[in-house]
Amino acid sequence: MKSPQNMKPWLLSGPAFVLFLVLLLIPLVMTFMLSFNSFSFYGGIEDVYTFGNYIEVLGDSYFYEIFLRTFLIALITTVFCVLLGVPEAYILLRMRPLARSIMLLVVLGPLLISVVVRTLGWAILLGNNGVINELLQSLGLITSPVKMLYTPGGIVVALVHVMIPFMIIAVWAALQRRDPSAEQAAESLGASPVKVFTRIVLPQAMPGILSGSLIVFSLSASAFATPAILGGRRVKVVSTTVYDEFLNTLNWPLGAAIAVLLLASVLVIMLSWNRLIEKRYAGVFE
Amino acid sequence: MIRNGRYSLLFNALFTLFMAGPLVVVIGVSFTPTGYLEFPPSGLSLRWFAAILDNPDFIDAAWVSLKLGIASATVSTIVAVPAALAIGREKFSGREALQALFLSPLTVPTVVLGIAFLRLLSVLELNGTFVGLVLCHAIIITPFVLRLVLSSVVGMDRSIEKAAISLGASNWTVFRRITMPLIMPGIVGGWVLAFITSFDELTVTVFIVNPSTTTLPVRLFSHITQTTDPLIASVSTVVILFTVALMLLINRFYGLDRLLMGETK
Repeated sequence: MKSPQNMKPWLLSGPAFVLFLVLLLIPLVMTFMLSFNSFSFYGGIEDVYTFGNYIEVLGDSYFYEIFLRTFLIALITTVFCVLLGVPEAYILLRMRPLARSIMLLVVLGPLLISVVVRTLGWAILLGNNGVINELLQSLGLITSPVKMLYTPGGIVVALVHVMIPFMIIAVWAALQRRDPSAEQAAESLGASPVKVFTRIVLPQAMPGILSGSLIVFSLSASAFATPAILGGRRVKVVSTTVYDEFLNTLNWPLGAAIAVLLLASVLVIMLSWNRLIEKRYAGVFE
Repeated sequence: MIRNGRYSLLFNALFTLFMAGPLVVVIGVSFTPTGYLEFPPSGLSLRWFAAILDNPDFIDAAWVSLKLGIASATVSTIVAVPAALAIGREKFSGREALQALFLSPLTVPTVVLGIAFLRLLSVLELNGTFVGLVLCHAIIITPFVLRLVLSSVVGMDRSIEKAAISLGASNWTVFRRITMPLIMPGIVGGWVLAFITSFDELTVTVFIVNPSTTTLPVRLFSHITQTTDPLIASVSTVVILFTVALMLLINRFYGLDRLLMGETK
């Protein structure tokens, strides 16, 4: 029997722990077990344990393509978030306080607005009769509409919009600890703005870029609303495939196997990325 | 400090256009007097806002989302505050593991959470029920509450508590009269962020609703995948305005930058 003092933290976190045990850990284990069951069209889910679903997913080029497409979309989204988010975070930090708080509202505010609504905006912009195509045609730059909706490119553009606030937050956190006088020193010694940025600012932003990339990549790889609305059945990604297996085909065991593979690959990528960061920036993180 | 140059300001302007563009377009389209999507609208009409009132589907869904957000944010806050006090102040074995567990819904892909909840709720025969939705949402939003409450617990000055204890206050009195008021900004900020996250949630919810508990994001989503008409834009505009109003409210009493980025200078 533990003394009351030792029990206190467990009593305090007990309710949350029970909630997470029943509603998170147990369901995840159940899903893992489900992925080994088999499914038949007439009999439904059968209570047997086989590797059949995994063999089916790993052996089929159709699924292989979906996984590859998902991770490519996530990778390209991450690259664009770095290219646009890092300069923007730096620009925000150099603003006067009032302009900065207004800009933060504009840049980070969308984070709180429904992803469905933001994606609807992109659907209206990217359609064949959408705002961008109409504008380009009226300017005479193109003669027939450029197909952007239902393409991986359209999904990437909208995902960058959805994910870039996370990159800005991460880079901001890294950069606000910097000492701006180093930049002034470099400038007074004749360094060009580009040189100041690449030699002074960028190295200090690096921990933020790496942790931001991790967040953006893993959220993009498992994003659902944006690829579902902008890609539909024509550009399938892992999460929309899982959705179809569960709610249309009703092959839950196969859907569970795909989901387990998604979870496993995201975890492996996150852990190896973390190890890379820790090795490279051991000093920065104490 | 070096100020932004011309090119920086140009970059910032283009970036702002990129961030605001899709939202401006949604709002613009919703004022069209025509029966199709057009931007810029050829006139200003509230026709499609009036149309929302004739579509009980959206109004019912909005009520479900509102009630769900309030209920799940409250459940999550009730369990997360004591957990944050334990994790933030006590030293015990398993502390790190517990914190990792409570933050893990941020790491697990939402689609995986969705099917896990679907599996559990269908075994418990709670699938599609409001109670089931509240419990599952509480899991997804707890990391947000925990993080904000934890940061105010860690940052708080404990000397006032010690003074109260030395003057003979009971544990409960100390919590109610001293600790809770001091960490209140974290609790309120966490609750609001949790509410918004629940109110916007789609990926998990889409697996565990039935027609009578359909939330607003799920309703919007299934409408968009079938057709895009000005009605969907006017409903979205209302969602945007509602969220912006909440955002300004948080900005007022907590600070939006603090809410989203932690402590800033």
